[in-house]
Amino acid sequence: MTPLLAPSPTVDAVMLEARAAGFGKRSIKNEAKGAAIDLAIRCIDLTTLEGRDSPGRVRSLCAKAAFPAPGAPRVAAVCVYPNLVAVAKDALRGTGVKVASVATAFPSGLSSLDVKLRDTEAALASGADEIDMVIDRGAFLAGDEMRVFDEIAAVKALCGPIHLKAILETGELGSYDATRRASDLALEAGADVIKTSTGKLGTSATPATALVMAEALRDFQRRTGQRRGLKVAGGVRTTKSAIAYLVLLDEILGDAWLSPDLFRIGASALLDDLLLQREKLVTGRYGSLDYIARD
Amino acid sequence: MALAYAPSLETTPVRIAPRYDHFIGGKWQPSSDGGTFPTINPATGATLSHVANGTPEDVARAVAAARRAYGGIWKSMRPADRAKYVYRIARAITERSRELAVLESMDGGKPIKESRDFDIVQAAAHFFYYAGWADKLRYAVAGTAAVEPLGVVGAIVPWNFPLLMAAWKIAPAIAAGNTIVLKPAETTPLTALLLAEICAEAGLPPGVVNIVTGDGVAGAALVEHPDVDKIAFTGSTEVGKIIQRTLAGRRTPRTLELGGKAANIVFADAPLDQAIEGVVNGIYFNQGHVCCAGSRLLVQEPIHDEVVERLTARIETLRLGDPLDKNTDIGAINSAAQHAKITELVRSGVAEGAVLHQQSCALPDRGWFFPASFFTGVSPSHRIAREEIFGPVLSIMTFRTADEAIEKANNTPYGLSAGVWTDKGAKSMYVAQRLQAGVVWCSTFNQFDPSSPFGGYRESGFGREGGVAGLRPYLR
Repeated sequence: MTPLLAPSPTVDAVMLEARAAGFGKRSIKNEAKGAAIDLAIRCIDLTTLEGRDSPGRVRSLCAKAAFPAPGAPRVAAVCVYPNLVAVAKDALRGTGVKVASVATAFPSGLSSLDVKLRDTEAALASGADEIDMVIDRGAFLAGDEMRVFDEIAAVKALCGPIHLKAILETGELGSYDATRRASDLALEAGADVIKTSTGKLGTSATPATALVMAEALRDFQRRTGQRRGLKVAGGVRTTKSAIAYLVLLDEILGDAWLSPDLFRIGASALLDDLLLQREKLVTGRYGSLDYIARD
Repeated sequence: MALAYAPSLETTPVRIAPRYDHFIGGKWQPSSDGGTFPTINPATGATLSHVANGTPEDVARAVAAARRAYGGIWKSMRPADRAKYVYRIARAITERSRELAVLESMDGGKPIKESRDFDIVQAAAHFFYYAGWADKLRYAVAGTAAVEPLGVVGAIVPWNFPLLMAAWKIAPAIAAGNTIVLKPAETTPLTALLLAEICAEAGLPPGVVNIVTGDGVAGAALVEHPDVDKIAFTGSTEVGKIIQRTLAGRRTPRTLELGGKAANIVFADAPLDQAIEGVVNGIYFNQGHVCCAGSRLLVQEPIHDEVVERLTARIETLRLGDPLDKNTDIGAINSAAQHAKITELVRSGVAEGAVLHQQSCALPDRGWFFPASFFTGVSPSHRIAREEIFGPVLSIMTFRTADEAIEKANNTPYGLSAGVWTDKGAKSMYVAQRLQAGVVWCSTFNQFDPSSPFGGYRESGFGREGGVAGLRPYLR
């Protein structure tokens, strides 16, 4: 039996977006910027999720994840499809960089629960340290919250201590109210991290969406004492936008969330811009992407 | 780890002259008695400049210059040409916006974030908006094709939004074909003087805009001057009443935009996190130096404790300090006198039995600062629930039903603005229709646009500014 969930708070778009825009106006400069850049790098899930992903491509991504640039910290994890988990695992041995695998019929999530569980099992069997599952948006929009809840709970049961990130794909949910509701469902069902998007849609992470989800995390902690994580994915390409998310975490959730244990940014191009900005702070000169290794 | 916010100071240089004269008839002229007064940076206490102290003779000279410009050129200029000047001023404000923002923050204490993103942007927007009206005046008043300007306008503006309030008066006045004598507030004259410079550079004919700096003496002289055809005043209700007494028996048209003690009403079904944002914006924007500030928070009883808890956490994230730091949310209190007034009223709140809550940050060791504050346990009879504090101090009270909220909200001599927070549209409309306030914001607060009229009920004044309604008081 699944417990009936209490209603979720409503969300109003106007003041939500006004507050979200405010985070981007914080001016983080000099030493503070250097620290924020290194933290952002440490929180990256360096991601490749394309149909053409190959072992060679994943190995080169892993090399960059472990050694982005001289002096720069390692990223948190590499995120790949289940078939490539073993390659990534091998390439990252001994680096401390984790391997995250998408699962549950990513990106649509429109398969039977059985297929989703077996997909997850395969990723776990290959050694995945973290699972990024997608919620069933079709069921959610049809009003079948219990199905969404039960699937997350079933995947979490399979994962055990392995960290489970629930991708809400907020760009398909249609409102901030729905984003809030899906966040509450996922947290109650046992997701360790709630994640904005698959990165497969035009509309991905936005500061306002992240704010709604951070408010759900804050309220969940107030209610249960537990700290759960947030992952923003898709559309975070610049240092400035990454820092705005750190400000959001700091002001809504507090210092404890400023760690790869509780915050991740799913990205690929972002790392290059962070490295470029880092270089500028170290040398005082603006560099060029030509000097940053492409993965 | 903690995310550090290193100081991030706005570095646009501004030039501040050691002394400023009046701007009369297109020329810089000292006070008739040579008197000046210092204008001070409230964040440091340092004197920024010395400004001419206006005398009745100075005011008379300015009114005469405005009269000459009115009859000599401005009234009879082709409206489309008049518009070009107003557009030119608007563009110049935009081009020099950062300089104006820095000056506004230095002279008045408001955070650069607000002067940069609100005051100056809105000031330029008002000039752009009213420039468009200059050759369409016959459409401003229904049922008549013959409209005329009034003549010479006397305008007196406050220190909370110095340039913006000057724009609210000057833009519609001159677009409609009037000329104007403006007296900025004593503590914040500098941006109005820079605006005078902009007018001169824009080639505005001498005497169309005149600036006389000074205190109440100059203000009173302007109100009393027999050749002024219209008085536009924004400021305290106390001074508004003096103006009304002075003008009693005269037909001089007037608009008065005065004080407020606005109710911000939060129902239990409101989106709470967003309502808290509206509450914070409503009372801590510009250190609470806002006539339409949401200074009385009416919360439905079941969510009182939760609102207090969330607000307590929220005000801890407000960054108080150097107004020129781009991360500052709460800047300096405008003057020592205002700081003393706020302090006195807060003391009265504590003495009358309300419970004071304040953000815990340290205050800078110089300048005038006051932490974000709110009171719980407030009774409607407390002074902090009735008097305008004009500082970052909120009074929280509770209600049980919508009708009780309306009654409590209207139980004030003022009626400038109000806020309603509920997830139900119908309830929002029900309450808004029954609130006696010039502006009611539903699920938002402090939203302004040049096309939207603004003004008060009852002791918050009369007449509207903004939009076509704000144009009519400058026409006959």
